[in-house]
Formats: sequence, C-alpha cells, structure tokens
Amino acid sequence: MQTYEPILLKNMSRPGYVGSLEDYRGVGGYAMLEKVLKEMSPSDLIDIVKKSGLRGRGGAGFSTGMKWSFIPKDHTGPRYLCCNADESEPGTFKDRQLIERDPHQMLEGIGIACFAIGAHQAYIYIRGEFDLGAEIIQNAIREAYDAKLFGKDLFGTDFDIDVVLHRGAGAYICGEETALLESIEGKRGKPRTKPPFPAIHGLYQEPTVVNNVETLANLPYILKNGPEWYAGIGTQKSTGTRIFSVSGHVKRPGNYEVPLGITLREMIYEIAGGVREDKELKAIIPGGASAPFLKPEHLDARMDFESIAEVGSMLGSGGVTVMDVDTCMVWAAMNLMEFFHHESCGKCTPCREGSAWILQVLRRIEGGLGKPEDIDLLVSLCERIEGKTVCAFGEAEIGPILSTIKNFREEYETHIAEKRCPYRPDAALAIAH
Amino acid sequence: MRLKVLSDKAKEAIEVQFPSYPDKRSVLLPALRIAQEEIGYLSESAMIDVADLLGLTPVQVYEVATFYSQYNLKPVGKYLIQVCKTLSCALVGAGSIVTYLQEKLGIRTGETTSDGLFTLKLVECLAACGSAPMMQINDRYYEQLTPEKMDRILEDLKRDGKSPLATGPFMLPVMGERS
Repeated sequence: MQTYEPILLKNMSRPGYVGSLEDYRGVGGYAMLEKVLKEMSPSDLIDIVKKSGLRGRGGAGFSTGMKWSFIPKDHTGPRYLCCNADESEPGTFKDRQLIERDPHQMLEGIGIACFAIGAHQAYIYIRGEFDLGAEIIQNAIREAYDAKLFGKDLFGTDFDIDVVLHRGAGAYICGEETALLESIEGKRGKPRTKPPFPAIHGLYQEPTVVNNVETLANLPYILKNGPEWYAGIGTQKSTGTRIFSVSGHVKRPGNYEVPLGITLREMIYEIAGGVREDKELKAIIPGGASAPFLKPEHLDARMDFESIAEVGSMLGSGGVTVMDVDTCMVWAAMNLMEFFHHESCGKCTPCREGSAWILQVLRRIEGGLGKPEDIDLLVSLCERIEGKTVCAFGEAEIGPILSTIKNFREEYETHIAEKRCPYRPDAALAIAH
Repeated sequence: MRLKVLSDKAKEAIEVQFPSYPDKRSVLLPALRIAQEEIGYLSESAMIDVADLLGLTPVQVYEVATFYSQYNLKPVGKYLIQVCKTLSCALVGAGSIVTYLQEKLGIRTGETTSDGLFTLKLVECLAACGSAPMMQINDRYYEQLTPEKMDRILEDLKRDGKSPLATGPFMLPVMGERS
C-alpha cells in the first residue's frame, strides 16, 4: 500500500506529542505567525495563499485567498475572523482530531488569517457537544496568551490579536457561515440571505471571514514551504492534502490525510482496509450526509472537488460513509432525512415543510405502506425545495433522496411491491413507535 | 439587580464574558449554558434572570433556548445519556445500543429512571462516526460501545460519578494499530 506524507496530522503522529505549546513550538510552531507579522504585508500573504490553491475544507471548497481578498481594504471599523469548528456534517470527525490533538496548529492559522484580513478579533465557534475540545482550546489559548503569542503588540509589532472561544449549543445549521454569525450574536442560528456576503456585512455587520479549522491549520505549512510546494500536492485545481473521515462498513475507520485526487477505491479498499467481513460494497457517500450517494461503479472516481462533481456527487466535508450490500437504501435515505428534518432551522417554508413530507413518505415506504406513485411524489417534493431556500441546506437534504432513487430505484419499487422492507423485516414495527 | 434563581457565582461567570464581545447579547448562549449547569435545566425563572443580566426581553431568551438542542427546558437525570442515531452509527449497531440501554435502565428514550440518575435520549450526529456506535454522557464521549462496555460505564458513573472509559483527546486510527 502506498503511504503519504501527512501535513496536518504529522505532529500528532510523533510519539509523545500531546499538542501542548511546548510540543508545538518544539516542531517550529508559531514561527510563521511571527514571520508574517514582522516581515510581510497582508496583500503578499493573500497572494501566497491564492497561489497555493488552498480551498475551504468545510464543504464548499471556495478559494481561501479569494475569500480573504473580498474584505474591503478601505474599511475603517472592526473586522472579524471566525474559525468554524462547528463540525456537524454526518460522517465527518476530522476537525475534532485537529482540535483535540494539535490545538496550537489551528491557533497559529487563526493568527495568520487575522493578519491577512486586518482583523484584531477572532472567534472560534465550536459545536456545543465538544466539551473536551473546548477545554483543550481554552487551555491552549491561555498558554498562547501567557507566551505573548496572542494579545497586544505581538512580536514587537503594533498588531493585536484577541481570540475568544465561543461554544454552540446543538444546531447543525450553525456550521453554515451566516447562521454561525447569528449564533455568535446570541440569536437563533438562521442563515442570512446572501448577498450581502459576510466579507461585506458579517459579524455585527462588519467585514468578516469564516474559515474552517482544517483550512486554517494548513496556513503555517503553506508559508513555511511555499505556495508552489503546496500547489504541487494533489491535482491542478484541488491542491494539497485533505483529511478524509472514513466510517460505516469499513474494516479500519478513521481519519486519513491524503493528497487530493486519490481514488475512492484506494481510500476504501487499501487505506481503510475494505468492506467489513469482505462483503460486497453497495453505496458510498463521499463527502458528508449532504453529498449524493455513489455506487461501486464510481470507485475509480478521484477524490478531488472536480472529479467527484463529475460523477454526480460532491467532496463536501470529506466524510466518507461506506455501506455494504446488506444495507437498505430506503432506510439509509430515511435515516438521513430524519437528521435533516430535525436540523432544518425553519426559516424557509420549502425546507421546513418539505423535509417533514419527505420523511413521512419515506417512512411509509420503509414500513411497507408505500404506494407506486410515492417515488414520483418524492422527486416532486425534492424539486419544490431545490433552489427555493436561503441557504444550501435545501440542496443538501434532497441529495440522499434523489441519488438513492436514481441509483437504487429498484429498492424503492421492491419495498412498494412487496409491502415490506426486504432487508429489515421488522421495519414496520420499528417505525410504528 | 435581584436575581430569581441564579447565584452570584453564575452572575459573575456570565458578566465576566461581556468584554469579549461588542454586544452583551452575544453572551446569551454561554449564559444559558451556565444557568443550565447551575439549575440542571432552563426553568422560566432562570431564563428571566439571564434576560435581566443581558438586557434582553424574556422572549428573546426563550426563542434561543428553544432553538438549540442542548438546552433542557425540563429537568433531566443526573446523567444525561445521548445516543447518536445518525447513519454511520446506525450502520454499525446504534439501534441495538439503544435497545440494550432501554432494557437495562427500564426506561424508553426520552424518559428518566425513577431514582433520577439516568435520562436516555436519541440525538443526531456527534462527529464520532469512525468510532461508532457512541454516546455522550454529560460532558464526555463514550465510543466503540459494546454491551459490556456500557455496563462498566454505568457502574462507574453510579459509583464514582465518572468513568475512565470516557474518550480522551481523539485520534483514529490509534497509532500503531494500523497494519
């Protein structure tokens, strides 16, 4: 099996490395923050990151340097950087590892990003359930302040950066960047209509950049080794490495950092050890619950933003969920629809009501009460959500439904014809309560 | 200001966060967390206290308290067991974990044991998909669950109030485990 040199998971793979400030400085940590503050201009820094090709690791894959460059240069009031540590896309657990094992790597990235956009205040928005992660970050922030790596007049310059940890309280939607801002402002996490984008009117209506944990963690290494080095890893348009979280029916689930562009086959069969009990593979979700299901015929698709889009799904958050031949696709779609229905924020009617209707129809098909016209009804419900919501949640929630209908339509038809779930004979009972 | 139920300590813990934000309202989520930790859940009186401290109306607090899933508007047991039910966990046995806990504790999901110790709840993805099935009990994760492991965790909690089986700083695959 080919092995790859990790970037972000490298420190934590060293024996005895616990992610303390001492550990992180021992491997050269914070040298790049010092360098940018002392020697670089924000526009040089933005150019380097643009040249590296780094794209957002939260899910959308937008150019990080470009996102930074949207901050108005002539703005005189405050600007904000928000670190999105609200990791909640089902199938994804990489930021958790970056936070709990190497918090200073993320903090250095935050400092660098603050300098790039001229922000003196950063907020780390961490999902409420990450109690241990919050304790670890809080401790790391304290260590960094004590060492004068954050605070006033950093490294003898007149640049100040303050960092505040802000904890969520359980809402998937707060990973959406404008909902995240609403949540920091002490409101319900309901996405805002865009435009205006956060770069113009963000937190407290001031220019704001929201970057994911993994995105920020890449910054020290891009600066240290140069943008050409980074752009040389991965594919031409999807540069660098990516941490994929692999779960479900695989022998070795876990977080694996690989160059963008390896095949799904290599990821599932070589790196993650193949399907449990050597069963046949049935379905793959390549990028978190919002990404449409793929089939074994897509195993040779490359795991980069473009290639996965070409086969009809998306790389999203990098959460790879693997399902074996005995998994019911109607049940899997229903499970994710329960998730989306629960997490719909309620702002847009098509999403709020549509998720409930879709779930109801899926439940009756899975429970053996489906009607032949239900498949078309599901497609029609999905069409009434797509493009009709304020945020991307609408497109996300219909992905599992439309893709299972497209790729596994016969399973829906069998449920309806046989009036039961062929995989889970007790499904009707389970759904009844 | 005279608070209804929150202690001076809670008040102080809330007010100390004001300088971190340009607007006091931003302290609402942290304040509700502090209130819940002190009272055990968010009673109406606790929410009114928070509103007073932050200069908000009670309904501004209530609408936020009802939006986020971690706020309990009713009392829960000393140990709140939250089992993840989303796909990756469901694929590898979350269902049998729930069945086992229901039988062991003699309650159904959403209920609390008569001694007030355990509340059992189903929740959506907690970002522990690779180490599924999993549950969160109060402020700690418990992963790669088996019936034997759950027995030990519940016994530990009853006896010591904590369990060494809680997950520490997360890493998967564990180093040296890969062939």
